[in-house]
Amino acid sequence: MSNDNQPELVTVYVDDREVQVPPGTNMIEAAAKIGVEVPHYCYHPKLSVVGNCRMCMVEMGMPEKDRATGQPVLDDEGNQKIMWMPKPAIACATKAMPGIRIKTDSELTRSCQEGVMEFLLVNHPLDCPICDQAGECRLQEFATDYGRGYSRFVEEKNVKPKRTVLGPRVMLDDERCILCSRCIRFCQEVADDDVLGFVDRGSYTTLTCYPGKQLENNYSLNTVDICPVGALTSMDFRFRMRAWFLKETHSICTESSVGANTVVGSREGTIYRITPRRNDQVNDTWMADSGRERYKQVEAKNRLLHPRVDGAETADPEAAVAAASRLLQGGKGIAFVGSGRCSVEEQYLFRKLADQVGAKSRALVSRVSEGDGLLISADRNPNVRGALVTGLIDELPGRELSALATGIDSGELDTVVVYNEDLTAAGMTAEQLDKITVIYLGTHANPTSDRSQVALPTLTVFEKNGSFINQQYRLQKFFQAVPGPAGAPGDLRTLAGLLAGNGLQGHPGIDDVWEEMSEAIPAFSGLRFMKIPSGGLPLEVPSRLRDLPYAEGKTLHYEPAGGEPAAV
Amino acid sequence: MALVIQRKPLSWLEKTYLPQILGGLKITLKHLFAPKVTLQYPEERPVIPENYRGVPTLVKDPNGREKCVSCQLCEFVCPPKAIRIWPGEIPENTETSHVEKAPDDFEIDMLRCIYCGLCQEVCPEEAIFLQDTFSVTGYTRDEFKFRKEKLYELGGTLPDRHYKWDKKKEAARRGNAH
Ligand code: SF4
Ligand code: SF4
Ligand code: SF4
Ligand code: SF4
Ligand code: FES
Repeated sequence: MSNDNQPELVTVYVDDREVQVPPGTNMIEAAAKIGVEVPHYCYHPKLSVVGNCRMCMVEMGMPEKDRATGQPVLDDEGNQKIMWMPKPAIACATKAMPGIRIKTDSELTRSCQEGVMEFLLVNHPLDCPICDQAGECRLQEFATDYGRGYSRFVEEKNVKPKRTVLGPRVMLDDERCILCSRCIRFCQEVADDDVLGFVDRGSYTTLTCYPGKQLENNYSLNTVDICPVGALTSMDFRFRMRAWFLKETHSICTESSVGANTVVGSREGTIYRITPRRNDQVNDTWMADSGRERYKQVEAKNRLLHPRVDGAETADPEAAVAAASRLLQGGKGIAFVGSGRCSVEEQYLFRKLADQVGAKSRALVSRVSEGDGLLISADRNPNVRGALVTGLIDELPGRELSALATGIDSGELDTVVVYNEDLTAAGMTAEQLDKITVIYLGTHANPTSDRSQVALPTLTVFEKNGSFINQQYRLQKFFQAVPGPAGAPGDLRTLAGLLAGNGLQGHPGIDDVWEEMSEAIPAFSGLRFMKIPSGGLPLEVPSRLRDLPYAEGKTLHYEPAGGEPAAV
Repeated sequence: MALVIQRKPLSWLEKTYLPQILGGLKITLKHLFAPKVTLQYPEERPVIPENYRGVPTLVKDPNGREKCVSCQLCEFVCPPKAIRIWPGEIPENTETSHVEKAPDDFEIDMLRCIYCGLCQEVCPEEAIFLQDTFSVTGYTRDEFKFRKEKLYELGGTLPDRHYKWDKKKEAARRGNAH
């Protein structure tokens, strides 16, 4: 936290421990700062405070002041006298004031927590064995931590709708809902799609969707994440795997140049879900629904699992790399088409290979379309900035690969190396591709790989380590969650093999690449892969890149430097 | 320091070996007339005590409902990781659709199982029990991987004390009083 524009900190006391927080911080956050948990349901750091669950009640006191003089009142021993309030207060709606004190573990606090827990559980179904939230459920956790441990409720529990489909991706179980209204506030305040609300009263209050509407915006699954219980569940993840089996790997969403921070949940080499990871500078605690489906590409039918040479699969990646190297050596005019979906490391090695074989043209496939102003930017390539910083390209990719097309038509280019892109989708015709030699590196088969002389399988973002540079020039890293297909040795190794085949020995490890990059690229000087913080690292923008006409408009935590770009 | 045990020389009677032979014959004769203890296994089977921990099995309730809801707690708790569950959803508009979840498939590797009984202990639905099957044989490793069907066959039906899901269905049928 920088102190330049930060106002004075105030001192508050949590369980007699001193905490310094900015004024306006609520007491849940103040306590969290020293690792004390105030249990809460309705409060969410990125939503407005409503104070309706009452779980966060604590005993609270203020330093006593003389009414007439405003002087602090001292007790017999000369210490500040504290006025403890006779009734508990909710910590989420209590702002830090100088000298304010809370007790999170006093008898009064404990009895409040126990009472609230008891009320919350009165109508709660015994659903944990079939509830997807089990294992990461705040109700389960707080019931064990703060509940009384047994039920005194002998009456019949309420019956509410179950298995309600709220939208294409979200299912609701009303019996489990504890009416915290987080999901409602999310739809109002973040997604700007006000479709959820409560109907009926008292213990019959029921969460429902506005008649005739659906919870179908592209951020709907965030309600599942923030629902503290298992009331809202993801239809994709529902009943597929228990949360406690999932290995969590930090990753970056490749939906667009926003680079939302994510957690990939996998078990034994299979990915089950992608959830957002909090980063207050990038995506807060949200991510788009579309990004969560990306794991499906890992096991897609058209996945390239083995290298192909002249259309025939081979089991030997080395031989395929050697074949590609021979083609590169025989090429008279070679063009390189890189991808904004590749990591910084791959783009760097790709550029190095292009330099090494004397490529006549280097290009990147543009993926500009409309942004949604929230967490999907106009540039759907996650890493165009990486290609700029590593020098793979010098200016933003054009809408079409016109230089490449002209080069092929004039016969000047006879070989093209394509990295994870489909040239036909980027505007080239099949005839143009048939005229040249194509070397394809990529994760999936496509019309370009079908026309290639050598196709080398590469890994998806879930199967390797690497980094992206997002629209804010923030360098963010992702880690391998699952192993890649046996026939794909890894992008960096394949590229190092191609470099070696063209007379440039090197080491394929990511640390070796960073060691090299930190010397070759000023923006990375002194950096290593391991040194990139988990929340990302804002880079110094090289001056040559400062005034490029970037495609992105305003999104969460991003303002385009030169105002809104022209519409696409 | 070496310890030297002095052997007592045998007495005259002991040297004849007769007392030992007669003692042995007495035992033999006693068992000749005592009731038989040998069990003609496998035709005869031992009585298995109530709390015996045999092969883990899946059970149904007296209404024939499969009790396991594939919560995967047993899979989690099993120390040698013998259990593997493929969770599934019960389709709507069936007799038990209110239970929502049931295993698509269930596998226990009996070569891995150590008969610890933790799965029975942890099961929130009282669906898995170590019962009286103690002898598992087979020629290949795969034969020891008991799938759902086999586990239900071994488990059979056990009495239910709660009928939790039936009560739940009944409550839903009555609906709220308001
Ligand atoms: S919401 Fe939590 S407490 Fe309720 S059934 Fe689901 S896991 Fe259990
Ligand atoms: S569905 Fe979940 S988030 Fe929404 S009000 Fe109920 S408990 Fe809260
Ligand atoms: S008895 Fe023990 S080892 Fe065997 S399946 Fe159950 S938990 Fe696993
Ligand atoms: S613990 Fe019981 S209900 Fe859960 S999966 Fe195992 S047998 Fe089924
Ligand atoms: S978190 Fe404070 S009232 Fe809900």
